Amino acid sequence: MSHIVVDPVTRIEGHLRIEAEVDNGQVSNAWSSSTMFRGIEIILQGRDPRDAWAFTQRICGVCTTIHAIASIRAVENAIGAKPPPNARILRNLIIAAQCVQDHVIHFYHLHALDWVDVVSALEADPAATAGLAQQVSDWHNSSADYFTQVKERLGAFVQRGQLGPFANAYWGHPAYRLPPEANLMAVAHYLEALDWQRKFIKIHAILGGKNPHLQSFLVGGMATPVDPNSQAALNIHTIAALKELIAEGLDFVRRVYIPDLLAVASFYKDWAGFGAGVGNYLVYGEYPENEGPSPPLYIPSGVIRGRDLSKIEAFDPEKVTEYVKHSWYEYEGGDGQALHPSKGETKPKYTGPKPPFDRLDTSGKYSWLKSPRYDNLPMEVGPLARMLVAFASGHQRVKELVTSALAQLGVGPEVLFSTLGRVAARGIETQVLAEKMGEWVDELANNMGRGELRIHDSSRWDPKSWPKSATGAGFHEAPRGALGHWVHIEDGKIARYQCVVPSTWNAGPRDAGENPGPYESALLGTPIANPEQPLEILRTVHSFDPCMACGVHVVDVGGREVTCVKVL
Amino acid sequence: MSQDDGTGGGLRAELERRGVSRREFMGFCSAMAALIGLPKGASAMIAAALETKAKPTLVWLEFQDCAGNTESFLRASKPSAAEVVLDLLSVDYHETIMAAAGFHAEAALEATVRDKKGQYVAVVEGSIPTGADGAYCTIGGKSALQIARDVCSNAAAVVAVGTCATFGGLPAAAPNPTGALGVADAVPNIKTLINLSACPVNAENLTATLVFFLTYGRWPATDRYNRPLFAYGKSIHDNCERRAHFDAGQYVEQWGDDGHRQGFCLYKVGCKGPVTFQNCPNIRWNEGTNWPIGCGHPCIGCAEPDFWDRMTPFYSHLTGVPGFGDAADIDKIGLWATAGVGAAFAAHGLVHLGKRAYHRKTEGDPQGTDFTPKPEPSGDDDTAAEPEKGAEQ
Repeated sequence: MSHIVVDPVTRIEGHLRIEAEVDNGQVSNAWSSSTMFRGIEIILQGRDPRDAWAFTQRICGVCTTIHAIASIRAVENAIGAKPPPNARILRNLIIAAQCVQDHVIHFYHLHALDWVDVVSALEADPAATAGLAQQVSDWHNSSADYFTQVKERLGAFVQRGQLGPFANAYWGHPAYRLPPEANLMAVAHYLEALDWQRKFIKIHAILGGKNPHLQSFLVGGMATPVDPNSQAALNIHTIAALKELIAEGLDFVRRVYIPDLLAVASFYKDWAGFGAGVGNYLVYGEYPENEGPSPPLYIPSGVIRGRDLSKIEAFDPEKVTEYVKHSWYEYEGGDGQALHPSKGETKPKYTGPKPPFDRLDTSGKYSWLKSPRYDNLPMEVGPLARMLVAFASGHQRVKELVTSALAQLGVGPEVLFSTLGRVAARGIETQVLAEKMGEWVDELANNMGRGELRIHDSSRWDPKSWPKSATGAGFHEAPRGALGHWVHIEDGKIARYQCVVPSTWNAGPRDAGENPGPYESALLGTPIANPEQPLEILRTVHSFDPCMACGVHVVDVGGREVTCVKVL
Repeated sequence: MSQDDGTGGGLRAELERRGVSRREFMGFCSAMAALIGLPKGASAMIAAALETKAKPTLVWLEFQDCAGNTESFLRASKPSAAEVVLDLLSVDYHETIMAAAGFHAEAALEATVRDKKGQYVAVVEGSIPTGADGAYCTIGGKSALQIARDVCSNAAAVVAVGTCATFGGLPAAAPNPTGALGVADAVPNIKTLINLSACPVNAENLTATLVFFLTYGRWPATDRYNRPLFAYGKSIHDNCERRAHFDAGQYVEQWGDDGHRQGFCLYKVGCKGPVTFQNCPNIRWNEGTNWPIGCGHPCIGCAEPDFWDRMTPFYSHLTGVPGFGDAADIDKIGLWATAGVGAAFAAHGLVHLGKRAYHRKTEGDPQGTDFTPKPEPSGDDDTAAEPEKGAEQ
């Protein structure tokens, strides 16, 4: 048996360490540890709740919108602000653009190198690559000349002898299975996607001033004025620009990302047998379609237990709790209990080895992440959870795309519970959202045309209009999954703030009952050809799209008893 | 101008191989020259330098970060991230993009520090925690502080990107639970330090700084916070497209009101543009698409030290801004304070603020409320008139 440490896990956001035991060529035990902590909730204490979104937004610069959205929803929920329709539409567009762009970057720039051998691409025949590319898609960049150019660029780069970010990788590893031509096609699209993401995210610059860290959020609405008769507001020019950016973005998703995904997947179908994980899935739901208290959501909420797609439970926020038995925090009433986020009392308590260290003591506390549980069960969150709940709830477009992808690969729905299923679900969600965005732009344009220009509920802007004591929760579906913020406000200031975050759900350590988290479960049984080069571990961990900075910040020093948690 | 296309080793030759025309290349060089404020003809110098030099090594460290500066770097267009990584520099370590992982990734970093001592550029993103013996941020089992000291003190130059790496940023906001520091405070013996503050750094300022170095072999002139004057030499307020509305006394009073829709000044709803020094109004963001004030939200002062404490509450307006309608006396900006800042300092205490780099450099300002940058060059002289400071740091 050998003990493997992968630290840092690269091509993720943040700092993640995986320790694993390998027995007979398979992972027999795994531990996921997050190794960075900032304490953002402590920093929020005593501040103006209207500022909180900007602070929490900086939890993550990759999914740069998500903690802003969850924060303004939590504060609005607490103080009773009601954003007008245009604010809802602008937020839906921002959220969907984030998800689409993030998923494409994940596939090409963070995950692809686990499946694509860049060095092998140097042996590709450009004409054969063109043949392959034209077979899978009618994308315009598919000539032999084009692939010759890409190959020469890559060759010149390698010849110069400075491999930069491609040095020291696992090139030539036996688990790489794509033919050289598929590798070359993927390298070409890796480069194209770099240009694509830069352009597509201009949607955020239009609606949020800049990306990363958009700056148009407001408690009660949005700061982006809407007026067809002004040069300084969203007008017919910006509507046209948004439509063009969305159309180009969707084109790339349909004609490059999805065909690449299916082409790569067809060589790695055995990865439908690995990485299943806990088999429980949690979705809060996203994209409200009207202003009501429980609006219909384009991506539905729900809970799946034990891979049972025949029964979708309703999400109940009271069932969310967190353990700290294996986390570097302590609970006053003992570390064996699980606390609801609204009653958190967490204090950091580092008990690990003093750096520099080689091994963590995984029998004790070993991560800066807590262990969230739903009804005491570990839950996977993210694109796979969302697509499973939508599929099982009869979401028409999701059903069509899932069915079509499975048919093209010649496999049944059971393969979805896997590393490969996670990768496929992310692609399908990208297309579903990119297709939907144009409708929201139309809705915005229609509002503009009929003089509906409101962007903000000013009735609750002044803290004097708030109750002396107020509590709220904000729920959101981030690219990586279900995100909740809980806030308690006293005398116009933040008294307590708590976030329960997608990567905490997925990457958290064992709970008080020693049940492993989703990463830890998913790694069990993973084949390891060479313990010195644990490429297979990266495949499954990356399939979750780790975002560790998001996961770690779980500190709340409020300590007040809160009994009423409202649900958005 | 020396043309070196025949050597086959330069950038120009590589660009040609990939079908980038001479015209496109010179266009890029002109854009760079304009951004870093160089005189006419400088684009030819940039072109010559980029064409002939071998690729210098760069390592990119991430500590208490959100990866926002890395993401911002991916939005760079002149040159793009792909051009920087593949053509201009040898990026030997960057956790977010590198293919290698674990031991093999750390080996790449160690090799750079060992084999290219004193020759590589280190970019740092995120603050460095000093609490809990370094346990608040470890990579490969080593503390961020240890890594920062090993890598930065052996670098030819360090470029701190984003406000966390430059001034401590969000993790260092009161009460600074992890003892977070910016690079200047965490690693005192850095030879040359360039600070590119903002949350996140504007990608074009980062690439322009790198291109300046590649072109001249030295770093741009800086203000007293080590920030390049070409990017941080003037206040947002001075270059704001809404300045005429400030001067005319036309303000946004309420979100979505007529003034807001007409692009009036955001001063009354909290804009920190008058005390924030950055080139956002000029170069904007995402290839010039927009900027925060352009989309109707006030500036939050994200390029300034301690903005999370000194610029909040964000929606309270600055007090004591002279002359509604008068041009502000820029030298007195430092005396302004945000409404509520006094209360915030009282609540959070001033003690931790005393540790900051800018305090050390701001003699006679024990209260730490002075926002004043180094006085600007007189007249219309651009930054080239300033004495070079970067190379002396």
